[in-house]
Amino acid sequence: MNLFAIRERARAAWAAFALPGHPRILVGAATCGRAAGAMEVKEALAAALGEHGLTDSVPVFEVGCNGLCYAEPLVEVTGRDNRRVLYRNVDARIAARLVESHLVQGEPFMKRALCVVEGNPLEGLPKWAELPMIRPQERIVTRNLGFIDPGEMLHYVNRGGYTGLERALALGPKGTVEEVTRSGLRGRGGAGFPTGLKWGFARKTPTEPKYVICNADEGDPGAFMDRSVLEGDPHAMLEGLLIAGYAVGATVGYIYIRSEYPLAVARLAQAIEDLRAYGLVGENILGSGFAFEIKIKKGAGAFVCGEETALMASIEGHRGMPRAKPPFPAVSGLFAKPTNINNVETLAAVSAILERGADWYTGFGTEKSRGTKTFSLAGQIRRTGLIEVPMGIPLRTIIEDIGGGVDRDKACKAVQTGGPSGGCIPGHLLDLPVDYEHLAEAGSIMGSGGMVVMDEDTCMVKVARYFLSFTEAESCGKCVPCRMGTQHLLRLLDTILAGEAAPGTLEQLRGICETMKCASLCGLGQTAPNPVLTTLRYFEDEYSHYLAGEVRRYRIEAESCEGCRACAIACPTGAITGDRKRPHIIDQEACILCGVCLQSCRYNAVSFVFEEKAAR
Amino acid sequence: MIEVSLARPADRVHDVCRRYAPDRENLIPALQEVQETEGFLSPEAVDAVAGYFRLSPNNVYGVATFYAQFRYRPPGRHCLKICQGTACHVQGSGVLLDAAQRTLGIRSGETTVDGDFGLEELACLGSCALAPAVVLDGVVHARQTPKKLNTLLEKARS
Repeated sequence: MNLFAIRERARAAWAAFALPGHPRILVGAATCGRAAGAMEVKEALAAALGEHGLTDSVPVFEVGCNGLCYAEPLVEVTGRDNRRVLYRNVDARIAARLVESHLVQGEPFMKRALCVVEGNPLEGLPKWAELPMIRPQERIVTRNLGFIDPGEMLHYVNRGGYTGLERALALGPKGTVEEVTRSGLRGRGGAGFPTGLKWGFARKTPTEPKYVICNADEGDPGAFMDRSVLEGDPHAMLEGLLIAGYAVGATVGYIYIRSEYPLAVARLAQAIEDLRAYGLVGENILGSGFAFEIKIKKGAGAFVCGEETALMASIEGHRGMPRAKPPFPAVSGLFAKPTNINNVETLAAVSAILERGADWYTGFGTEKSRGTKTFSLAGQIRRTGLIEVPMGIPLRTIIEDIGGGVDRDKACKAVQTGGPSGGCIPGHLLDLPVDYEHLAEAGSIMGSGGMVVMDEDTCMVKVARYFLSFTEAESCGKCVPCRMGTQHLLRLLDTILAGEAAPGTLEQLRGICETMKCASLCGLGQTAPNPVLTTLRYFEDEYSHYLAGEVRRYRIEAESCEGCRACAIACPTGAITGDRKRPHIIDQEACILCGVCLQSCRYNAVSFVFEEKAAR
Repeated sequence: MIEVSLARPADRVHDVCRRYAPDRENLIPALQEVQETEGFLSPEAVDAVAGYFRLSPNNVYGVATFYAQFRYRPPGRHCLKICQGTACHVQGSGVLLDAAQRTLGIRSGETTVDGDFGLEELACLGSCALAPAVVLDGVVHARQTPKKLNTLLEKARS
C-alpha cells in the first residue's frame, strides 16, 4: 500500500477516535499506570458506563503514559462539548463518579480534575500547557505519549508519522545521513556521540550485509524513558530504525529489549506486524526498492549488555561480554558485519528530525547539545514522572518547577543523574545547565536520563555503596580492573560505613577509582567509580565523620515528639517504644537503619545524626 | 501456573526447540521459552537444548548462568520480585525486602519449604515514579509498604 492510501485510512481511523460531539474516555495504561491500578479503573469505568446504558456510545481507549506519573492512574474524559478533562489519582470509586458527573450530568468532577487538555476553559482549572509540570517542557520524542492509542499504527500516521521515512527515501541514503548530521543529534544512550557521524561510518564500510540495532536494554536503575516511549508510541522508534537502516544500507534491524518490559515487547511485536501488513517492512518498501526486516531479541537480565559490543555478543547467542574496540561496530559488529547501534530515544528523535527538518531541530537546545532530552524524574520529589526538556535548561527548573520541589519541603541534598555510571550533583549546584558538557564538568554524566532526587536525610556514603553493590554484581568479570576494582571499592565502603576504616582509606578509594577509569575494558568499569568520586568530591565531610569513628543513627528528639505512635507502628523490627502522648525512643540494638520512622514522622522529630560509635 | 504435560521433560523441551532454527543466535530465545514452559532449566532440559543446538551442555550452562533470568531449581507457585532500583532504594525497598524475607522465612533467591512462594530481587522495573514497586505473579504493585506487601502475600496464599 502506498503512503497516500495509508493516510486516507489514518484519517478515517482518527475521525473514529476523536469524533467531534462524541464522548470518549482515555485511560493511561502504561506499566506505571497499571501498577497504580489503571486496569481496575478501566473495569470500573466499563461497569459504570454499563449501568447508565452508555456502553455503546462512550468508547474507552488505553493510551500511553503522558508523563504525569505522580498522578496515576490518569483518566481523560471528553464530553459532548468536546472539552477534554484530565483526572488524577482515579480509583474504582472515583471512576464511577466521573461517569455519573461528567458524562451523565454534564458536570466535570472538579475534585479530581487536573487540567483541561483541549476545548473550552473551565473556571479554576489550568490548561494542559499551563501546568507547572508541562510548561517548561518541549515534547519531541514524547510527542504522542498519552494522545494516541499505541496499538493503532494509523493514529501515529495521522499525527505525521512515516512522513520522515518518506522524506528520507526522497533524500537518498547520503542525504539522510547529512540531514541527521546537520541536526546535531547526539546519542541519547549516554555517551553522546554524534549520530550522523556514526551513521556515516557504517554507511561507508563496503562489507555487506549490514545491520542496525536499537538498544532498548534500559538497564540503569531509576530510568524508564525508553519503556514509556515503547509502550506509548512504539512507531516513533520504529520509524527511526527504518530510517537508520535505509541510511546506512542495512537489511535487518534488531531490537534488543529487556525481558523486564513485557508490555513494551508486546506493543513492539504488534507494531511490527502492522508495519508488515501495510508494506512498511519487507521487500520494496513504499516502492523505493529498500528491503528491511525487523527482529526482536529479548535480553535475559544482564546490565552489561547495554554496552554495544556485549549486546551484540548476546544477540549472537553468547555470554554478553564486551570486547576491546577497535574494530568499532561500524566496521565489524554483529556477526562481524558493519553495524550501527542507537538507543530508543535517539531513533525516536530521528523520526521527528526527518519529518520536520534539521533546521527545526537545531532551534532547541544549546550550541553543542542540540535538541531535547527525556528524563525520568524519581526519588524524593513531589511530582515524579517522565519529562522532556530542551538541552541547557537549569537543573533547578527541572527540580523546582517541573518536579514541584523536594518531598515534604526538605532541602535537596543531591540529584543523581546517569544511574550507576553517573554521579551525584550537590544541591548547591542546582543552577547547572543540563547538557553533556556541564554535567561532565560536574563529575556526572548525562547518561540515558535517570534523575533521582535525594533529600537532606540521605546518607551519601550509603548512596555510593548502593551503586557499587549494583556494579559489583553486574560486572561481567572479563577484565581485572572492573572485576576486582568494584569488589574492593565495595569492601572499603563497607568498612567505612561500619566505622572501622583505617586511616588513608580515602586515598585508597581514589587510587582504585583512577585505575578503574583508565584501565577497564568497557564503559561499565570505566564509569563505575563515578558515584564514589562525586560523593567524595562534594560530600567528603560525610566520609570524614565515619573515618573519625562515628556512625549514623536515627534519634527521636524528645521535645518535638508528640507520642503519636506513627513511627512505632511503622517500624518493621519493633525497635521503637513509648507510651501514647509521651516521647518515644529507638532501641539502637534492634534498629536496622531503614529510615521508615523518619518518613512516617509528621512532627520532624526523627533525625539521622552522626555520633560516637560507642554511644548507644 | 505452569501446566505439566505427561510427556517426558526432554521431549517437551525438544518440541520447544524445534520452533527455532538450530543456529547459535536462537540459543537464548530457546532457553527463555524452555524456562517459560518448564518453570526452570533442569539438567535434562539443558541436555536436550544442548543436543538440539549441537553444543556441549557446558557451553549452554556457560551462556545461561551469565544471565540473571535463568534459574535451575523449580520456582515457587507464586513468584514475588522486589525492585531494588535506585528510586525504589531511596524510597525504602530495602525494608520491603527485609519484611518479605521475615514473613516468608526465606532469603532472596530461595523458595519456601511448602513451595508456595519464591522470592527474588529485581534490578529495575522501570516503575520508578511509583516507587517502591514489587511484582507478584507478573502483576506490578506500586507504592508498597511492608504492611501492604503482607496483605498482598496473604491474599495470594488464600
